[in-house]
Amino acid sequence: MTIPLRTKIILYTLLVLAALIMFAPLLITFMMSFMSGQEIMMGNMIPTSFSLENYVAVFQRFPLVRYLLNSLVMSLLIMTGQLIISSLAAYAFVFIEFKGRDLIFFLFIATMMVPFEASVIPNFHTIRDLNWLNSYQGLALPFFAMAFGTFLLRQNFKQIPKELKEASQIAGIGDLKFFLTVVLPVAKTSLLTLGVYGFLTSWNMYLWPLLTTTDDRFRTVQIGLRQLQSQEQLNEWGVIMAGAIIVVIPTLMILFLGQKRLQQGLTEGALK
Amino acid sequence: MKQVALPYQEHEHKGLLKALKLQRMASFSKGMLFLLPSIILFSVFLFYPLGRTLYLSFFLTNSSGQTTVFVGLENYMNIFNSPIFLKSLQSTLLFVLYTVPGTILVSLFLAIIANEKLKGVGLFRTMYASTMGISTAAASVFWLFLFHPSIGWLNQLLKLLGADAIGWLTNPDWALFSVSIATIWMNSGFTFLILLGGLQSIDQYLYESANIDGAGYFYKLRRITLPMLSPTLFFVITVSFINAFQTFGQIDMLTRGGPQNETNLIVYSIYQDAFMNYQFGTASAQAMILFFIILILTLIQFKLGERKVHYQ
Repeated sequence: MTIPLRTKIILYTLLVLAALIMFAPLLITFMMSFMSGQEIMMGNMIPTSFSLENYVAVFQRFPLVRYLLNSLVMSLLIMTGQLIISSLAAYAFVFIEFKGRDLIFFLFIATMMVPFEASVIPNFHTIRDLNWLNSYQGLALPFFAMAFGTFLLRQNFKQIPKELKEASQIAGIGDLKFFLTVVLPVAKTSLLTLGVYGFLTSWNMYLWPLLTTTDDRFRTVQIGLRQLQSQEQLNEWGVIMAGAIIVVIPTLMILFLGQKRLQQGLTEGALK
Repeated sequence: MKQVALPYQEHEHKGLLKALKLQRMASFSKGMLFLLPSIILFSVFLFYPLGRTLYLSFFLTNSSGQTTVFVGLENYMNIFNSPIFLKSLQSTLLFVLYTVPGTILVSLFLAIIANEKLKGVGLFRTMYASTMGISTAAASVFWLFLFHPSIGWLNQLLKLLGADAIGWLTNPDWALFSVSIATIWMNSGFTFLILLGGLQSIDQYLYESANIDGAGYFYKLRRITLPMLSPTLFFVITVSFINAFQTFGQIDMLTRGGPQNETNLIVYSIYQDAFMNYQFGTASAQAMILFFIILILTLIQFKLGERKVHYQ
């Protein structure tokens, strides 16, 4: 079906206008990060010079590499933990029948009604009492179990025919082997989607790292950005902008590469 | 023959029962083994803290979080008599009222125009989804600059138009609105992506038959697109509500709850009471209120979501 030319023109106009508005904050920051402090303070909107001095400055004055590394370690830990624990749980819900399974399934649903913010105070005390403030395990462990991930994988595992399980049982293949060699490879793309989602949300986490890290050795890049913003003088906007651009590059790249997958995966998980 | 066979059968029956029982036990322990990591983690980091929060909300505490005096419902009475908490509740509700419809309308508009099969539409989709990859902290830096009173682009644009500058984040009349605008922008990427997915799963056949009937664009939008999208729409509305009640990062970065507590949303209020004033009791009482709000919203979603809202 072809779209009439008039409609096409209207649509393109709307698309471009909307893109300008939605993309403007990122684009402006990107431009500003290459401008000198003086130019920004004069209120120039278009850069007349191009310099990388803001990027050099932000790396020199702040332990940004350390922050990036911390975020990477924490996000990978959370992502891996979520994938392992959610897929194990999803397997039990699909392939192992036992008494009390429905009750536990209900328990999983119930966890979705508890916002993290409502349990953050005792969680902070738990991590503090374990002496895990300023540690990777303290940052990551509370996020390992995940109802959303379990449901997403459960939906996917359900598509594997039950006969396959029965046949492998007769052939004497145990649950763990069936899980590792049959189920996980089949669910590869769903695992990938969940992994990307877990990585993105962990990398962007704010409240928990703010509470549990006070030390530059473990501070994540988001909290580093907060430090940068509150410590820098007003005329150092270029440096702050350069920091913000560096923070968003990894997640934007992941999003651009995995957008289609993520969209399909999240829609499936959302609507079942 | 009967007499011989019967005990034998009984014996076999018993053995079968026993085997069945054993098998059931085995699959129970196997199932639990697979579920144990989740159950332990949920217990330690979700169910226990929830109970503990409820417990703390009936006590006064010292600065390290140990309970000192049992005060019953006094913490709840205190917060509901505190003008600061009531203000926080009011700001939170207003914030929800601004951001939820705002996010949904913006994302729905973007999803509808980006759903057409046009050349280069993939690029636009990526651009609209991009805010999903931008963290709260980074997005707040972007907007902090846009809102800057003298060099920020918004006031520069106003100056070009000959209008007066606005104290976007410093004027009590504007601050909550400004934070809402930034929040709508931040949340639109995720909502857009989900809505686009919903639009793409609508059966094209419906549109084709409507075209044969000569239906116009807005007729199709009203009669096909929106009703067919309603399950997705319902999902994103609930998620947006829950997200709005949980907002924290942008408040901490943009306004720190000010000016005059105008943007002191409930999670920020909990954070301040617990981790700056060490009033864990009153903070826990506020956290319980947040919990009940989210609980009700999630229950509504489950209840209505079951009915899948509206399939024609």
